Amino acid sequence: METLHLELPSLQDDTLSPQTLLHGVVSSGNLEVLVEPGPDAARCVFEVQTAAHGFSEVWQAVLCDFASRHPVGGLTFSIHDAGATPAVVSLRLDQAYQSLRTS
Amino acid sequence: MNAPQPHRVWNQEAQRRQARLQRSVPFAHGKEVAPADMVSLLEALLEPGDRVCLEGNNQKQADFLSESLAACSPQRVHDLHLVQSVLALPSHMELFEKGIARRLDFSFAGPQAHRLARLVQSHSIEIGAIHTYLELFGRYFIDLTPQVCLIAAQAADAEGNLYLGSNTEDTPVIVEATAFKSGIVIAQVNERVDRLPRVDIPAGWVDFFVVAPTSNHIEPLFTRDPRHITEIQVLMAMMAIKGIYAEYGVERLNHGIGFDTAAIELLLPTYGASLGLKGKVARHWALNPHPTLIPAIEAGFVERVHSFGSEVGMEAYVAARPDVFFTGADGSLRSNRAFCQTAGLYACDMFIGSTLQMDLAGNSSTATLGRITGFGGAPNMGSDARGRRHASPAWLKAGRERSGGGTQVRGQKLVVQTVETWHEPHHPTFVERLDAWQLMEDMGMALPPIMIYGDDVSHVVTEEGIANLLLCRSPEEREQAIRGVAGYTPVGRARDRTLVENLRDRGVIRRPEDMGIDVRDATRDLLAARSIKDLVRASGGLYQPPKQFRNW
Repeated sequence: METLHLELPSLQDDTLSPQTLLHGVVSSGNLEVLVEPGPDAARCVFEVQTAAHGFSEVWQAVLCDFASRHPVGGLTFSIHDAGATPAVVSLRLDQAYQSLRTS
Repeated sequence: MNAPQPHRVWNQEAQRRQARLQRSVPFAHGKEVAPADMVSLLEALLEPGDRVCLEGNNQKQADFLSESLAACSPQRVHDLHLVQSVLALPSHMELFEKGIARRLDFSFAGPQAHRLARLVQSHSIEIGAIHTYLELFGRYFIDLTPQVCLIAAQAADAEGNLYLGSNTEDTPVIVEATAFKSGIVIAQVNERVDRLPRVDIPAGWVDFFVVAPTSNHIEPLFTRDPRHITEIQVLMAMMAIKGIYAEYGVERLNHGIGFDTAAIELLLPTYGASLGLKGKVARHWALNPHPTLIPAIEAGFVERVHSFGSEVGMEAYVAARPDVFFTGADGSLRSNRAFCQTAGLYACDMFIGSTLQMDLAGNSSTATLGRITGFGGAPNMGSDARGRRHASPAWLKAGRERSGGGTQVRGQKLVVQTVETWHEPHHPTFVERLDAWQLMEDMGMALPPIMIYGDDVSHVVTEEGIANLLLCRSPEEREQAIRGVAGYTPVGRARDRTLVENLRDRGVIRRPEDMGIDVRDATRDLLAARSIKDLVRASGGLYQPPKQFRNW
């Protein structure tokens, strides 16, 4: 297990509901995302526990794109990746974001 | 004009055949050979250097005859030249290890890929060439005609007529080439019966048959358990259906055998139906009876299927759907690899399948280091047939896109590669250089083993979107179109973002949102069956999965 901590600048969207939200299930061999209110409205915090070693560069690219694609400032995303590929990571994050917008 | 040469003998092959049959007499009762006499018969009949086709398909195997040949004395039987489509059995490789066979022309060696590579590196085998199925079948009639063929059938009658059962596969083409060029045809059968359900090979073409001690081995290669289909594969299937099937109106097609295309099969009756595509796409198929096709057949999407071979467990279902499948008067499936490959090449408007690696020109390969897997039929399915002349809307539209508005003299087959950008962490699908090049160097091959040539590929589907290569106007555009759907692989991250956005504006690259697809909808709930048990249920209990797939 490797742990990554990233804080990335991102716009804030006041309309997003900041309640705790869980997306995905680790036991299904899939990725799990937990979204909570974060400490800084201008930044998005990512806590990643990853099963894949030496993959932090790809993780950073995935998360940077996500933080610039959506206004997720003021949120913390805790991620357990269960060995997921970047495709699954991106899909889960997008699904989590879409759910935040509509919940 | 030269006068005919008076001493020239014009039937030497027939004389040689008679001599072989004479030597075989002590080991046969008429055409029937006892299992215990098969090794002696082969030793008596074969000559060093003979070209032998030992029927190995990708499913049905003449396993008893293969073991018998491997048990022959290498002093008596040696230096054979094997010409067969698939090397699947350990006994196939033993022939080379023992020196019984020396040279090989083949198509596919999936299960023996490692052992074959080792034999090549130790110079224990000479490989003539690695072919596609149709290519090898073609050479059976030109320069690789077997002198002896060892085939597998379901049943024989007393005269030696053969019934092939559901798995016809390569048998007709092998027997045709051998029997009509003075060769010897030897069949192993599972049973001898008084009356065959139908005659697939007439007794006049068969020299010997043996009732094998155990039934010939058949591998369930085309069964994909829907439990393992991921949401990413569902997303890609949605894009393929909406962005390609619907867009081009693809009515006639062939699918690969992976989970990516199984997902499409299971989405047709749900997502496809919701787009109003029933009766408009995916009506006529060149495909084995995939269990994952059952829901689309039951929903009336699939109207007709011609098959290369069969699939274990699908016999009763196929027999109950004769309007869909090709069946004999006895009700059972009639498959035929040579004809179905021809259908896939010339009568289909689309091939869609997956691959392990793709380079920046769109060349793709399933070759990995230390393994010689070969090609099978994918290159025939996954290529634009330059000899095609009949038009269809899908073929014309693809041709228009490729010609870029210039004078159009031909259409274009849709050759679609559907791949996730990573197989698993550390294994990107998109690479700068295919492993195939290294394999070529290691194995001393003339060319890298490329499965689908890049210039035949029309579309690449990944979880990031669809790249339409028909619309690319230069190698540079093509490269950026591929990088633009290559996700977070090193190849994808090295994209020129401006050029990629430009390609997106032109519709060369399309993201899910450009096609009106919401990624949140990509869930397994869209699958018409989510387990093997669901497939059994969808078939009304007719599908009988082999026990390794029964997980309830």
